[in-house]
Amino acid sequence: MDKIPILKVGKCLLVTIQIDMHDRLAMALQDDLTNAIVTSRAKGVLIDVSALEIVDSFIGRMLSNIASASRVLDAVTIVVGMRPHVAITLVELGVQLSGIQTARNVDKGLETISRLIEQSESTDAYGDD
Amino acid sequence: MPANFDALANAIEQSEKDLLSRWIAALTAVGATRSGQTSDKDLKDACGRFLKELRRALQNGASEDIASEQWQDARDVLEEISAARALRGYSPVETALFVFSLKEPLFDLLRQTLAREKHMADVLVASGALLDRLGLFTTEVYQKSREEVIKRQQDELLELSTPVIQLWDKILALPLIGTLDSARTQIVMENLLQTIVDAGAEIAIIDITGVPAVDTLVAQHLIKTVAAARLMGADCIISGIRPQIAQTIVHLGLDLQVVSKATMADALSLALKKTGQKVERLAARG
Repeated sequence: MDKIPILKVGKCLLVTIQIDMHDRLAMALQDDLTNAIVTSRAKGVLIDVSALEIVDSFIGRMLSNIASASRVLDAVTIVVGMRPHVAITLVELGVQLSGIQTARNVDKGLETISRLIEQSESTDAYGDD
Repeated sequence: MPANFDALANAIEQSEKDLLSRWIAALTAVGATRSGQTSDKDLKDACGRFLKELRRALQNGASEDIASEQWQDARDVLEEISAARALRGYSPVETALFVFSLKEPLFDLLRQTLAREKHMADVLVASGALLDRLGLFTTEVYQKSREEVIKRQQDELLELSTPVIQLWDKILALPLIGTLDSARTQIVMENLLQTIVDAGAEIAIIDITGVPAVDTLVAQHLIKTVAAARLMGADCIISGIRPQIAQTIVHLGLDLQVVSKATMADALSLALKKTGQKVERLAARG
């Protein structure tokens, strides 16, 4: 079965979805990713969907679930490079992905995510005082 | 029925010129030239051509079914005349009168030529029914031409209505003008999102100064556009909400879920701040 690679870059995990996802692949990704966050102690997850052309409500839900799970595991999720038609489809399906940050491309995404990680670390530090 | 039409064809052939001049007189009397909009020459030409095709169709043994083969040429002439009139802004009545005003002179003619024939009444009834059909045909063509005009204008409006402007580096502006319906919003949304990709924009300013009214549907469309842009990693700012529209939005209990600014200028300065850019006045020269 196909697998979506999960790469560690600095403090965050980079997931690039290169193929159109079917439901089983999406479930596998969700499992792998939550495991990877725990084992690698990552602080952020960056999902690149620039090659994703077809989405359905299930994939939308999956993205949303990944974000919620990551937040529980103390990692921020950011989705980058969504295509216009994918965005329109998700909105029409009523999937708002409200807990997820977004960015235009991987470059911007990494910038934003490192800023967010810094922010959360500094608030944690204040919390310790 | 064909026998009646033969009589009609003969009557027309015998005094085509006389009939033509009386028809034109009748047309002019009901104001078909529209105070010179159609020149006398054009009118005479149109009438002459139609009368000729009418006679030829009748002589070719045409039935009363004007959709048949024999009527093709006559239909073409009528189509051309009605379409031209529709484009010039004639009313449907004026267009239909073109054919209907032929009745009177034609019936006069038939009364004279068939004065001693027994079947005069039959011929008159048949001719009347035929002219009615031809008249209705002109109205139908007129209607079709008008619909084509409306369709074309709609298309042109859609083309005009969706400019996305690159206002600054990473900042786009979308000035919306006119009422937003679903078809238009779809195009606006697709255009905006595609331009966000092409220009690598981070902020889109949606200016609704030119939108006359906001109802729940329009607001719904705006919210969808903003949500889709957000999914692609671009923020939206709405500007130019007029006082009445602000009141409507509050009355309707809508939440636009987006930053709004009074004017495009305010929105631009916020966008510049968000993208970490600055516009400065140069030191006074001289």
